[in-house]
Amino acid sequence: MDFNALFSDFGGYTITGLTVGAIYALVALGYTLVYGVLRLINFAHSEVFIAGAFAAIWGWAAFGLDRDSVVSGFGSIMLYLLVGALIAAVASAGTATVIERVAYRPLRKRNAPPLAFLITAIGASIAIAEAFGIYTRRLPVGAPTVVKNDVLFTVFGADVTAVQLLVIGSALAMMVALDLFINRSRVGRGIRAVAQDQNTAALMGINKDRIILIVFIIGGAMAGVAGMLYDIRIGTLTYSVGFLLGLKAFTAAVLGGIGNLRGALIGGLLLGLVENYASALFGANWKDLVAFVVLVVLLMFRPTGLLGESLGRARA
Amino acid sequence: MTSVREWIYSGRHAVSERWHHAPRWMRWAVIAAVIVFFYALPNREFYQWLGPIPTTGSNFGQVLFTISIYVLLAVGLNIVVGFAGLLDLGYFGFFAVGAYTVAVLTSPSSDLKTLWPWLLALPVALVLTMISGVMLGTPTLRLRGDYLAIVTLGFAEMIRVAATSSEFLKGQRGFNQIPHPPGSYADGKPIFGVLDPRPYYWLVLTLIILVVIGVRNLNRSRVGRAWISIREDEDAAQLMGVPTFKFKLWAFASGAFIGGLAGALFAGKQNFVSSQNLELLNSIIILAAVILGGSGNIVGAIVGGGLVAYMIERFRGIELLGIQLYEYRFMFFGLVLVVMMIFRPQGLIPNRRRAAEFKDRRKEVIVGG
Amino acid sequence: MGETVQKPTVPEQAGPPAAESTAATREPLLEVDHVTLRFGGVVALNDVDFTLYKGEILGLIGPNGAGKTTCFNAMTGIYQPSEGEIRFRGERITGKKKHQITKLGMARTFQNIRLFPEMTALENIQVGADAHHKTSVLSALFRLPRHHREERDGREKAERLLDFVGIPGRMHDLARNLSYGEQRRLEIARALATDPVLLCLDEPAAGFNPAEKEELLQLIRKIRDQGVTVLLIEHDMRLVMGVTDRIVVLEFGKKIADGLPAEVREDHRVIAAYLGVPDDDVA
Repeated sequence: MDFNALFSDFGGYTITGLTVGAIYALVALGYTLVYGVLRLINFAHSEVFIAGAFAAIWGWAAFGLDRDSVVSGFGSIMLYLLVGALIAAVASAGTATVIERVAYRPLRKRNAPPLAFLITAIGASIAIAEAFGIYTRRLPVGAPTVVKNDVLFTVFGADVTAVQLLVIGSALAMMVALDLFINRSRVGRGIRAVAQDQNTAALMGINKDRIILIVFIIGGAMAGVAGMLYDIRIGTLTYSVGFLLGLKAFTAAVLGGIGNLRGALIGGLLLGLVENYASALFGANWKDLVAFVVLVVLLMFRPTGLLGESLGRARA
Repeated sequence: MTSVREWIYSGRHAVSERWHHAPRWMRWAVIAAVIVFFYALPNREFYQWLGPIPTTGSNFGQVLFTISIYVLLAVGLNIVVGFAGLLDLGYFGFFAVGAYTVAVLTSPSSDLKTLWPWLLALPVALVLTMISGVMLGTPTLRLRGDYLAIVTLGFAEMIRVAATSSEFLKGQRGFNQIPHPPGSYADGKPIFGVLDPRPYYWLVLTLIILVVIGVRNLNRSRVGRAWISIREDEDAAQLMGVPTFKFKLWAFASGAFIGGLAGALFAGKQNFVSSQNLELLNSIIILAAVILGGSGNIVGAIVGGGLVAYMIERFRGIELLGIQLYEYRFMFFGLVLVVMMIFRPQGLIPNRRRAAEFKDRRKEVIVGG
Repeated sequence: MGETVQKPTVPEQAGPPAAESTAATREPLLEVDHVTLRFGGVVALNDVDFTLYKGEILGLIGPNGAGKTTCFNAMTGIYQPSEGEIRFRGERITGKKKHQITKLGMARTFQNIRLFPEMTALENIQVGADAHHKTSVLSALFRLPRHHREERDGREKAERLLDFVGIPGRMHDLARNLSYGEQRRLEIARALATDPVLLCLDEPAAGFNPAEKEELLQLIRKIRDQGVTVLLIEHDMRLVMGVTDRIVVLEFGKKIADGLPAEVREDHRVIAAYLGVPDDDVA
């Protein structure tokens, strides 16, 4: 174990961890929302993320940005970010909707057993990932430099780059917006009602299918933005990265307490941090492993995650 | 459309009715015929009459070996998922433990330099996989279904990371010159060589038969009843005196044993084991095979495992409109899973118990209770 | 755990009815000793204290939400009391695992039927009978004599018990395909298959018509006559009054009365507790 590496740049590892964690958190939201309402692990959510990540790159390409382009000027950076986020969100929400319609709704209508849902989800996940793989010839696709990785300021001796600030900042902003939406809006109340008791909610005149669709769209949009942020942070995208990232995000959701929005945030950030500290201590190869060890240990002591499970009980 | 489907359903129902009411000797005769067929299958003299069924792009014996390994894995995972209702997404991890144990004990590239023969390493591998199953199960089997799923997936990933990153396990370079199983023909030539994959297939086929007999014995006993009662209603099972934790652990250990056996066989055939054999997708494929075939049904698991592996292999070397179909195999596989589950969510050969009607179940696996 | 207690083999040998035994000779079977159970801020059971004597039929009644089922759950190991303890056959069962308590001789049914729906009636009963079986994975795998012996035992038990509860001939039907009344009976048979000393029935007559209730009454008496002590949660006052030897009344998690049916019927607190429930025929 290399404590020197960790403590010589503790701040740096922390910032990087939070950045990675913010992306986990955004993807984790999708798992948590769907789980909260349907009690279902949306295994295909990782491909919802991938769809957004590819859409952002291809969207930028449509606006004339290729892998070598570097955007400059605050105004155009903001414009491209907005465009990228919008395209990614729409693409991901669209993918999520298709998955809901094709893979889940028919099963729901037939009252299929839970395992059947899992298998269609796995099938959809594999099919979508492979479609992207075949289309991109399984090669990495480069993303344009929309935001340059300049150091903006220093906190506790750690440099914070523009990309890191963007990722963490936008993730937090979206979480707050979502939290408000779920807790304050009419639709949000509907979602909470369905999460608590589907049948009663239906009796109260809430359109269950519509709520479920909205949940998939919201979760999808979040994952799409996460995809764009991923492009900006990593700079390149391979069709197969969704699987592991999805797994981590799901771990994050469970860590925080699946079904609980704030839990997804906490879980995501925590997982990002732990992973980065671990990669400093044990080497980058082992960081994936640490995430799961943390999860197992945590679940043994707190079987419902850090914050407990409750979309319905309106964790304020 | 509907009438066609009903016709197919009723036809299938009639077949299963006839099967269950057939005299004992007739059932045994059919089973014997099926077994003979599969022993004969890898011989060219036999399979050349089977039209498009044999794979064209690769050695059919080799393909059959791969398929048989998947079948063995599906039978093992069926105990965990189908009988006990425990969602294990990392089953392939046990295969890895089995394969790597054999590799470490037998290969000259291993740091241990024990250079054991395959047959000596086999029992050690089986015991170690069972222990790994118990070690994984002890902290996790108290968790709820969906958490269990993620933790088991993590287990498989941990094995993969360890195999890739640890110096002891040799990463992608892997272990080579793993010895073959023992045995030689009358003329002194080894039965299990490099060129002919058929003996390996026959070996696995024989072991599958033994394993199926064992699993069937377990299923029709106190042990199997305990597993199914756990799947149906764990609390009620406990209150009826079933030591649920103990039997869940047994389900895990039995599944692990079979997974480890498959891994050891694979290592003995392939001579070579490296971290590239450990795609996470494999766990998913086996799970899909079990559910596709009909979770909770041994025959279903066999059919599912065989079909899934065959489907993937069948695409090899086929070219259509200038496209290599093999490239598309997983995409098709994914789509088939979706379509299959929508039209036949109970699997191809559902558990006889569930066949009558297919109602919603409160039981949480992914749908929490 | 290791000691061999003489358990009454349920339907085979008819023990003498023990209901009329006097207080002096009464042998306590189950002691609920000042049990309090809290969930967060909610007190579900408040210092509940009663004793169940061998051979009697004890009714546990009370309005909805009084804590009857909670009390069952505490007894059978689903909940752990926050204070107090529960003793069964003189042994402290607080903290014991559910399946261990079953092995000690306590069995139960559920208010909302919880059979194993995808198992046949036979298999459901066999699971109960397996509580005292010892077939290990190895003896099942290799079909050792113990396996055959215990399978035979389970099968014979199932035949006997299905006959006993009045649904012979449904042996090979899935539990799910039985009628509601048959399912209730099968649940009782499954519980009896564990060779209980004490059988806890949680609203066994729920949803029954008067004729079915009458049959159930007979069945409960028959069970008691086999030497099994019965604890009965029931809403139907007529049923409770007709079959029980003694009644404990709960209200809001507290015991408000404990005595002979005739005494309890006259108890003003009981009447007050039930007056709020319009469709009950106490008064």
